[in-house]
Amino acid sequence: MTTLTDPPKESFRLSMLIYDTRYRSMTIQVVAMLGFMLLFAWLINNTAQNLHDLGKEPSFSFLADPAGYDINQRLIDYDSQSTHLRAAVIGFLNTILVAVMGCITATVLGVFIGVARLSKNWLIARIMTIYVETFRNVPVLLWIVFTMAILIETLPAPRAYKGVETGALVLTNRGVYVPEPLFTNSLGNLHFFAGSPARFDVSLDLIAVLIALAGGLIARHFINARAHRIQNVTGKRPKTWHINMAVVVLPVVAVLVALGFYLGYPQLKGFNFQGGIYMRNSLIALWLALSLYTAAFIAENVRAGILAISKGQTEAASALGLRPKRVMSLVILPQALRVIIPPLISQYLNLTKNSSLAIAVGYMDLTGTLMGITLNQTGRELETVLIGMLIYLTISLSISAVMNWYNNRVKLVER
Amino acid sequence: MSDISFVRTEMLPQQAPPATSVGVIGWMRANLFSGWLNSVLSVVSGAFILYVVWFLLSWTLSPTWAAASLNECREILAGHEGACWGVIRDRWVQLLFGFYPSELYWRPILTFVLLFVALAPVLFSEKVPAKLIYFSAAFPFIMPWMLWGGTIWGPLTAAAGFVIGYVVFKAVDRAVGSLAGIIAGVAASLVWWLLLAGPVSGTLGDVLNIGLTPVESRYFGGMMLSITIGVVAIACSLPIGIVLALGRRSDLLIVKSLCVGFIEFIRGVPLITLLFVASTLLNIFMPPGTNFDIIMRVIIMATLFASAYMAEVIRGGLAALPKGQYEGADSLGLDYWQSQRLVIMPQALKISIPGIVSTFIGLFKDTTLVSVIGLLDPLGLSNAIRADAAWNGVVWELYGFIAFLFFVFCFSMSRYSMYLERKLRTDHH
Amino acid sequence: MKKSVFLGALTVAGLAAGVAAAGTLEDVKARGKLRCGVTTGLVGFAAPDANGHWDGFDVGMCRAVAAAVLGDGEAVEFVPTTGKTRFTALASGEVDLLARNTTWTYSRDVDLKFEFVGTNYYDGQGFMVPKALGVSSAKELDGATVCIQTGTTTELNLADFFRANNISYEPVPIETNAEAQQQFLAGACDVYTTDASGLAATRATFENPGDFVVLPEIISKEPLAPLVRHGDSEWADVARWTLNALIAAEEYGITSANIDELAKGTNNPEINRVLGTEGNLGEMLGLSADWAYKAIKVNGNYGELFEKTIGSNTPIGLSRGLNAQWTDGGLLYSPPFR
Repeated sequence: MTTLTDPPKESFRLSMLIYDTRYRSMTIQVVAMLGFMLLFAWLINNTAQNLHDLGKEPSFSFLADPAGYDINQRLIDYDSQSTHLRAAVIGFLNTILVAVMGCITATVLGVFIGVARLSKNWLIARIMTIYVETFRNVPVLLWIVFTMAILIETLPAPRAYKGVETGALVLTNRGVYVPEPLFTNSLGNLHFFAGSPARFDVSLDLIAVLIALAGGLIARHFINARAHRIQNVTGKRPKTWHINMAVVVLPVVAVLVALGFYLGYPQLKGFNFQGGIYMRNSLIALWLALSLYTAAFIAENVRAGILAISKGQTEAASALGLRPKRVMSLVILPQALRVIIPPLISQYLNLTKNSSLAIAVGYMDLTGTLMGITLNQTGRELETVLIGMLIYLTISLSISAVMNWYNNRVKLVER
Repeated sequence: MSDISFVRTEMLPQQAPPATSVGVIGWMRANLFSGWLNSVLSVVSGAFILYVVWFLLSWTLSPTWAAASLNECREILAGHEGACWGVIRDRWVQLLFGFYPSELYWRPILTFVLLFVALAPVLFSEKVPAKLIYFSAAFPFIMPWMLWGGTIWGPLTAAAGFVIGYVVFKAVDRAVGSLAGIIAGVAASLVWWLLLAGPVSGTLGDVLNIGLTPVESRYFGGMMLSITIGVVAIACSLPIGIVLALGRRSDLLIVKSLCVGFIEFIRGVPLITLLFVASTLLNIFMPPGTNFDIIMRVIIMATLFASAYMAEVIRGGLAALPKGQYEGADSLGLDYWQSQRLVIMPQALKISIPGIVSTFIGLFKDTTLVSVIGLLDPLGLSNAIRADAAWNGVVWELYGFIAFLFFVFCFSMSRYSMYLERKLRTDHH
Repeated sequence: MKKSVFLGALTVAGLAAGVAAAGTLEDVKARGKLRCGVTTGLVGFAAPDANGHWDGFDVGMCRAVAAAVLGDGEAVEFVPTTGKTRFTALASGEVDLLARNTTWTYSRDVDLKFEFVGTNYYDGQGFMVPKALGVSSAKELDGATVCIQTGTTTELNLADFFRANNISYEPVPIETNAEAQQQFLAGACDVYTTDASGLAATRATFENPGDFVVLPEIISKEPLAPLVRHGDSEWADVARWTLNALIAAEEYGITSANIDELAKGTNNPEINRVLGTEGNLGEMLGLSADWAYKAIKVNGNYGELFEKTIGSNTPIGLSRGLNAQWTDGGLLYSPPFR
């Protein structure tokens, strides 16, 4: 007979921390944590010591001092007597502006080019290939300065328009002027946080137009839902497009007429054009270069996405009698989207991060204001760079969070 | 019934296809003019191409090669539009080598050639002798010595650290165990590098002084600077990236969150802010009195930057490996490090090569950013060149030349990476 | 104990290139090279030629200091710095001397903890406009687009000037002089503002300099001065008195042509003291007796350096103006060598 022996009662020995797999992972983690904390403490200790030697104790009080410099492009009001914090906010908004504009254009361009690269037209496909290769293989900084140089050298100076009748759109080598919406019976502005550094205004006219538009869209939704119900019951869908058009357009038009809407055209006065919306060269150069550059990458993702869809899908769609254009828009692209979106997220992130190259053309984004002139004038390298990095990190993480959420929504739910 | 049906007993000779569907015309009909929309597109884009080519050629072909200043160019061109190539003739060497002493140009050139030799076992594995891998292992020590010069004992003692680490690892591995072996090996190497390597190399240098003329990194510039930063950063980021990727995939919560935190932080901020850190803050983070030169600092930050991206590439490679490989390694009784070293990593790294190449291309292009913090890379040099009174006002020629250089490098690398991807694909199916 | 070993080891491993703490003069002597911060390129003041040899007015200052300390005007390592990196480079000990047309201001001197060693160029911020605009005074510039170089005192002066005169403007910030020039020539900005010397230098390189005018208003004082770290007075003295030696040499008529002659001894005790044939001024500075001789020998005296790099015979063509000797109605006035 065999007797069952009790497993030996193990008492905890120190060596088990290394040899016993149950404890070993704990040991490794504690060691890693300790190492990390030591490193961190070492860095902070050095920094404190060095800053003390330099006589520059870390302090963020400079943010409340008057900035002293002017910024040409500002989405909210600012002058040279505003604080450095306000200047940083201006820069932040400019970063967001160019990033959003860039992402939209790059996506549109990228999808178009990606599809065109697969075109049956040999010449078009080749041109697009050359485009993609040229833009992908030359540094984006070079493209930015290049675009800026082209804008400056090829477009006429405002002076050239002296005595010339200019229309709605004026192209100068300082920037582009487009008509601005103006209202004779303007409702004025809504002031938020008046008096504080975060103050900003929102036009009530814009809000009114948006409310009218939103109302129209909601009405349209109900009309469509009703049409859908009728179609389900009777099999016939009532014609709705004219009603839809009316409920969307009419309220907006009514509001615009009531407010006395008209377009303000740019006029040459003195040194520059006055009136109209002024899009500066620096913004256009940065926006164009970033869009064109990123579009080349997006085009490659789109192409890869389309090629990933099996040929059977195209053939089946053609067999249903769909025209090539509709095959693309109804069958291929929606499926390709699932493949395209994850790399698209990282392209958006890249574009946003690349927008920090704005200083090369003097666009006053976050790097230009906070990490540029403010850093220079105050000599607060540590504080400004730290704040700047944190802001960029927040922007990046937000973009990936939003896009990941969207990606999860459209992802094919596998059984 | 008579046989009225007639069946041809021999085939008619094949008729030539209609002239409109073969040859040049047929090709054009199929590829250029297959519908009215396509025809319009073809004509428009054809005209566009002709215009661009004509414009570029008329600008490029300008007899200004010999000009010694922009004013001479203007005289030669006499009011016509045209490029001023004199600036390229005058400065192309500088755009390539920066301020590297001209009598030592053979060193960066030879290093560049050797770089290809060292990469050959990785890039074209089936076409070169396998023994060459030993040279590849030695190259990371040869390269800095060739570029920066100085005594040969520096890189030799540095390399000795790896040998010592390996020997200790083997010994302890056999006696105690794998993990302890690794810890002991790393510790032995660190002790060697931090405490012993300096004095030993110094003594050896006094006894037997073999070396090259030292060249300080501030003489690096132009394309050579871009390549040096790119290559060194990628080479250093590979091991760090592997560690980070393993850390991110590990089950250990703290290790994992440290790795994720590092990777996401670096990937979340623009490179330019990291370069600001290199140019203004890195010295503040170091113990008082330490002083790296700016190119070292840039290389450090570029390495950190690249390693975060590298970690993601390698993580992709690890994730792409079939689960059976992990299970197979486990079933053989290999422990974690053995299975990583013998089974997982060799395969994961292989399928990561295209990703690594594109990370390198990205980093290489991003090295132009160093011009923003005052380093004289090609773009920074273009500004310095324009500060010379003779070339003040030259724009397109310099940008065009730099763009061309980058295009040649990046395009050939991306072609190679595509070739590799194709090759790897056939390996799998 | 363990930690300090670790720290020390890291310091060694960190390719420690130099210690910034005490005694810059000793460091420079031990190193055998002077590290000098200059611009990444500004016509006439500092620019590398095709062989990587730096030239210019600021470069001349670096070479003079190197010659005074090390006896060799070529023993200089030039570190190109941008407006943003220059102060960090100096504060962290990456450069020993910053000669990068930096304006001497109160806050830089006091708050940023630097020591300016004396003005080597008296400048002021001016405006340049195309003649075709028909502008004769900066006060007529209401609504104009103005190109400014960022990272300088210029943009603060500009904001102040326009605010004080209650007129509006549109600033176009630009990183380098070359880009500013491109925008200005193409008409992308109406006005280019920077130091008057920079304006003249830029204007000189235009295809048709006559089409542009520099407006009479000088809106700021811009004493451009070399600077060193605060708290190292010996080193500051070396830099300060090298500059003074160059200025004094011009005043006493010591030129690179006659310096060898004069160094044999003259009847003028002041010249003798400068050139080290009388007294022990060099020893007081911790340098050799003929330190000033070597410093002057490299590029000649202040006037010669000026004429060679930015003077009226160069493409830049600056006149001496405020930078003439006090005897000629300028502001250059070296304290006595005694």
